[in-house]
Amino acid sequence: MRYLKECAIIFGITLAGELLNAVLPLPVPAGVYGLFLLLLCLCTGAVKLADVEATGNFLLDIMPVMFVPAAAGLLDKFGVMKPILLPLFLICLASTLIVMGATGKVTDWILGAGKEPDGAETKGTRGTRGTDQNGAAMKKAETKGGGRS
Amino acid sequence: MTFVQESMYLGFVLTLAAYLCGMAVKKKFGWAVLNPLLVGSLLVIGVLLLTGVEYQVYNQSAQYISYLLTPATVCLAIPLYKQLHLLRKHFAAIIAAIAAGVAASAASIFAMCMLFRLDHITYVSILPKSITTAIGMGVSEEAGGMVTITVVGIIITGIFGNIIGETVFRVLKIRHPMSKGLALGTAAHAIGTAKALELGEVEGAMASLSIAVAGLMTVIVVPLVSGLI
Repeated sequence: MRYLKECAIIFGITLAGELLNAVLPLPVPAGVYGLFLLLLCLCTGAVKLADVEATGNFLLDIMPVMFVPAAAGLLDKFGVMKPILLPLFLICLASTLIVMGATGKVTDWILGAGKEPDGAETKGTRGTRGTDQNGAAMKKAETKGGGRS
Repeated sequence: MTFVQESMYLGFVLTLAAYLCGMAVKKKFGWAVLNPLLVGSLLVIGVLLLTGVEYQVYNQSAQYISYLLTPATVCLAIPLYKQLHLLRKHFAAIIAAIAAGVAASAASIFAMCMLFRLDHITYVSILPKSITTAIGMGVSEEAGGMVTITVVGIIITGIFGNIIGETVFRVLKIRHPMSKGLALGTAAHAIGTAKALELGEVEGAMASLSIAVAGLMTVIVVPLVSGLI
């Protein structure tokens, strides 16, 4: 009955997200409301990770397939989209470069002007929101906590 | 032909088969351009063109796959929850970096849409092009955009980001693993994250965290700037 319970939780939260999307006058997709609700439930312990993980991972695993029908919609909308395909392509290329540069440079700058973080000896300050942590501390913390994607 | 018209599973199975072919092609050649979503979608288009089946007929059964998109978006909370300790630890750096990326995305798209004289619908459809498709499709819909433009933009962005990432880091001298991960995840969502995972553990963790954070920030930013064109 494991999947039944997991599905009930996930679809229940999805329904709540749908409801919020219908009731609140904000341009927020139902799935994003649901994402916040599930995150909230996980953080407060109302829902345990083990109670959604198997079905959740299944849905995340098959998610890319769900975009195929929309992408194949290009066939249907080709007439409408033909004049904008070239601008779309150029905008995507240029904007991707700009976003990547901006994000990377800002992080490097915050972490200490892009110095090579090779030392990694300093212990990371725990749970603070400060901007005073240096790159080495971050590097150390990451190696410990990362790799769960 | 009636079977094709009425089948509840034909479009469904065609979609799954096309995506699996895309995965096999990607595995065989390993080029980033051969993204399974791109190859799978082109295969579906090719099959429909060859057989003369209309997109609407295909979509009649294929649309049920999209039915699961909202609960799948909800489940993005699971990887985010697992990465939450990283977000808490480096809160200021991560939020500032991703906010810079999201702002740069909106500003650059606005400027270029003005340059190309694109209309409102196209503009709002392109705005969420750097974020994960699940959230991006929803954002586009809420803003009154055309979802197909959004998805095509997201695919182009992801693949380009994946390919160009290392060159950008070299040319701009972006050095910290955290910076690389955040840049790849914020600029090129899950496809960029695949590259980040190749670069290292820190890069991968940061990129997958930024998929959710950048997506959520974009949900807030798009309505603020959607009225500009």
